[in-house]
Amino acid sequence: MPRAVAVRRVRSRLTPWLFLSPWIIGFLAFTAIPAVLAVGMSFTNWNLRFDPQFVGLDNYAEMLTDDYRFWSSLRITGIYLALSVPIYMALGLAAALLLNQKVWGIRLFRTILFLPSVLSGVAVAVLWLLLLNGDAGAVNSFLRSLGIEHPPQWFDDPNWAVPALVITGLWTVLGNGAIIYLAGLQNISPTLYEAAAIDGAGAWTRFRSVTIPLLTPTLFFMLLTTIIAGFQVFDTAFTIGTGRGSGDSLRFYLIYLWEAAFRDGRLGYASALSIVLFVIGTGLVLLLLRTQGRWVHYEDGN
Amino acid sequence: MTDVDVTGLDGPRAFTPVRRRTGIGWGREALRVVLVYLGLMALSALVLLPLGWMLTVALKPDDVSVFTTPPEWFPTTFFDWDNFARALTDPARPFALYLFNTVWIEVFVVLGSVVSCALVAYPLARMDFRGRNVVFTIIVLSMLIPWQGLMVPQFLVFFELGWYGTYLPLIVPSFFGTAFFIFLIRQYMMSIPKELDEAARLDGAGPFRIFWSIILPLSKPALAVCAVFTFLATWNDLLGPVIYLNRNDQFTAAVGLAGFVSRQNQDFNLLMAANIVTIIPVMVLYFVAQKYLIGGIASVGLKG
Repeated sequence: MPRAVAVRRVRSRLTPWLFLSPWIIGFLAFTAIPAVLAVGMSFTNWNLRFDPQFVGLDNYAEMLTDDYRFWSSLRITGIYLALSVPIYMALGLAAALLLNQKVWGIRLFRTILFLPSVLSGVAVAVLWLLLLNGDAGAVNSFLRSLGIEHPPQWFDDPNWAVPALVITGLWTVLGNGAIIYLAGLQNISPTLYEAAAIDGAGAWTRFRSVTIPLLTPTLFFMLLTTIIAGFQVFDTAFTIGTGRGSGDSLRFYLIYLWEAAFRDGRLGYASALSIVLFVIGTGLVLLLLRTQGRWVHYEDGN
Repeated sequence: MTDVDVTGLDGPRAFTPVRRRTGIGWGREALRVVLVYLGLMALSALVLLPLGWMLTVALKPDDVSVFTTPPEWFPTTFFDWDNFARALTDPARPFALYLFNTVWIEVFVVLGSVVSCALVAYPLARMDFRGRNVVFTIIVLSMLIPWQGLMVPQFLVFFELGWYGTYLPLIVPSFFGTAFFIFLIRQYMMSIPKELDEAARLDGAGPFRIFWSIILPLSKPALAVCAVFTFLATWNDLLGPVIYLNRNDQFTAAVGLAGFVSRQNQDFNLLMAANIVTIIPVMVLYFVAQKYLIGGIASVGLKG
């Protein structure tokens, strides 16, 4: 084989890897190495002041037996998930069904409804902090006008802080979810509805027997992302602050992780918290993926 | 090719009302339309009224209470546009500077993200080589990793590099590709006819030339989705800047706004003015690039 051909062949073998190299370097530097580092650090008392020492499983033991903030942050995240997942999924679908109707001006309504989904968690939190003001906020003055004399104090009441955050999140999530549901709805072949209608199926039967089964991939995706988002609540809760009248009631898991690492400087302990987050998150995703065969209906060829 | 409907929301299959052939008549149809409009208007009110209230508060003078019963949803009495200037130039919280900082970061992040994602997506979409499927699978799986779980060790890496207190930890990672956008752009590049590469190769063009002159221009819609979402994510990011920035004059708009709240101050009119100021660029982007935004979100659900 002539030398020039050999050189060219080697070069053409290398070409794709040259294009891939940014991702490979980035994956190693920002994902793979930090992941290994996180596991290692979680067995140390790493902080930025002293030389780290190996402490074995102490961090994990402390978390499980001697850290009420760990448990309370898990509980808060759990309550948030229990409230947000059904509410966000159901209302998102309802909004999408509405936006899927053929009426004049529907594009304008879509534009309006999707708007909050681009706003930042901080901006939305700032706005809703005032709208949900206990004394004179718009929401409570509306509730009082309905005859509710003592509406909730929302962010100033530990028991109502998490529901208040669910409402805050709903405002942005609704549009986002509606877009995804809408795309799913419009992917359903109209011939199926026509066939169902010819068979005499009413609106409700069509919804139950055509829309819902064919929308299960989208529903599954939304379930997955809503749950993951629940574990990643940070911006809104951070902005509204853990030090308000709501006390510690908004210390979500990620907030606590941030506090442990960057306020208390306990990087080793925070790494252990990260590992637990990772295990819980990955476990939930795997669990959901396993149930998917039972209820998620994929059309042939997808 | 450049004006492909990436939203998919108004394709031929959109708007497919199912008219019942049993013919109950237009009375039911009229009722449906009325109910739909009522629902749509209620939803729109839920979105627009808070925004209008925010503007009302932002335009109030300092000595007027922001709370009224009933709430004022639209500015009618007070129009202190000066509040915006005050929010932008307040020496303690200079939002003009925060906005400038954020834009500065955006320039690098958006550029880096688009270029690197396109580079990585190209061989995955249009070259045959051993190991391609392995790399692609790893990229897809890495989307499931919650990166927040890595914020502590990543912090340590950047801290040891001496990058704490600079914009580098916020900018540099974007130059190495983001799994989700690599995936999105790759899917799009797959749909470009292979004959174009073949013809260019016969004309003597190398792989980089084909990438630059043929594939990249044809991938514009996907690149736009990547750019728009990267811009939004960066603009709205709080966690990253909160971890890595430690000086007031470095802050991004999101950090400045979050700090504004936690000081327990009562300057709600200025707070709302600042909030509006940080929201405006995002809203402008929303109206300009709506097609890509909605298309991007929609494709997430369909392809994810």
